[in-house]
Amino acid sequence: MPPDSPPAAVPAPDIASNPPSLIELFLAFAKMALAGFGGVLYWARRGIVEQHRWMTADEFNETYALCHFLPGPNIVNLSFVFGSRFRGIAGGIAAFSGLIVPPAVIATVLAALYLHFGNSDALRRILAGVACAAVGLLIATVFRMMTPLLKRRDLVGLLVLVAVFVAIGVLQLPLAAVLLVAIPLSIAITFAMRRRAEDRAKDQAKP
Amino acid sequence: MNSDSNPIWTLAATFGLMSLFAVGGGNAAVPEMHRVAVDVQHWMTERQFADVFAISQMAPGPNVLIVTLIGYFVAGVGGAVVATLAMCLPTAILAYFVSRLLSRSSQSRWPAIIQAALVPCSIGLMSASGFILALASDRTLTGALITVAAAGLASATRLNPFWMLLAGGCLGFAGLV
Repeated sequence: MPPDSPPAAVPAPDIASNPPSLIELFLAFAKMALAGFGGVLYWARRGIVEQHRWMTADEFNETYALCHFLPGPNIVNLSFVFGSRFRGIAGGIAAFSGLIVPPAVIATVLAALYLHFGNSDALRRILAGVACAAVGLLIATVFRMMTPLLKRRDLVGLLVLVAVFVAIGVLQLPLAAVLLVAIPLSIAITFAMRRRAEDRAKDQAKP
Repeated sequence: MNSDSNPIWTLAATFGLMSLFAVGGGNAAVPEMHRVAVDVQHWMTERQFADVFAISQMAPGPNVLIVTLIGYFVAGVGGAVVATLAMCLPTAILAYFVSRLLSRSSQSRWPAIIQAALVPCSIGLMSASGFILALASDRTLTGALITVAAAGLASATRLNPFWMLLAGGCLGFAGLV
């Protein structure tokens, strides 16, 4: 694409000639992690796509989607996959440590303070208030994620969602057992529904 | 069993296994962390778990670092390091290999189907987290109102979540929760 193509197109990052160094990877992810209150995703996207232009918006979405359907903390997976694209395993480790180490040190200090002062009445009260707000934030995230299912009127998806909620939240069954049933079932249903939709589309295409 | 008596080993095994089932991110595993830490291993009380969750949300960084706090609770700095690595490293390495594999065979339709099938499971898990934590945190009417207000504000506006956590902390300090 010539450099003076339409302004709507974001200039493609010049990845091949200017890959980030290990130290740059570490520092960039440390910065994103320390900026991220209540989730790092927003800051990660801003840093990678908008500030450093290490990936296009589409590349970022594809990488994130991959990390979302794999188990484990998404953004942590993303850091390793992202770093390894540029500098192999060492790059993965650099980005991963940048994301994890500085906040983990802070978390450890906070845990030590809590164990020391946790019985202080003022701290107890503050934390009780923060906990209520934190739960509210989590519920808001759930709502945001649910919106596409509600808009599509995806009844089967909503049914799976409610079943998992009841099994884990209300009945408090072990996670592994519930997922070993729910995930294969959900995959089978999704596969069957897509095939039916394809067959119907073929039937309609026939004269 | 001897291996069960070493808490570091229990931490590594617990979180290493848990991370492989934590589909949909760190918060999706919160109910399982709660079940193991409070009900099964008795590492902490219900109240301490709610406190630790609050700290992990308040602190910067990925929310999954609640495991760092739990690890510190169980076995000090060593426990914090082991719990964090056990929760984060195995799946990151798995993601690395899968991403290399998929970039070679991106024609397949299976990644899209699996992804679509996992979405309702992961939202179901996260709503269970919200429910269990609300039961643990919202012990008064004011507390429940703070939760509802934070959920409403965070859904409807682009306000930085930090302000809602701060407001909750102030109301708590004033003795209203």
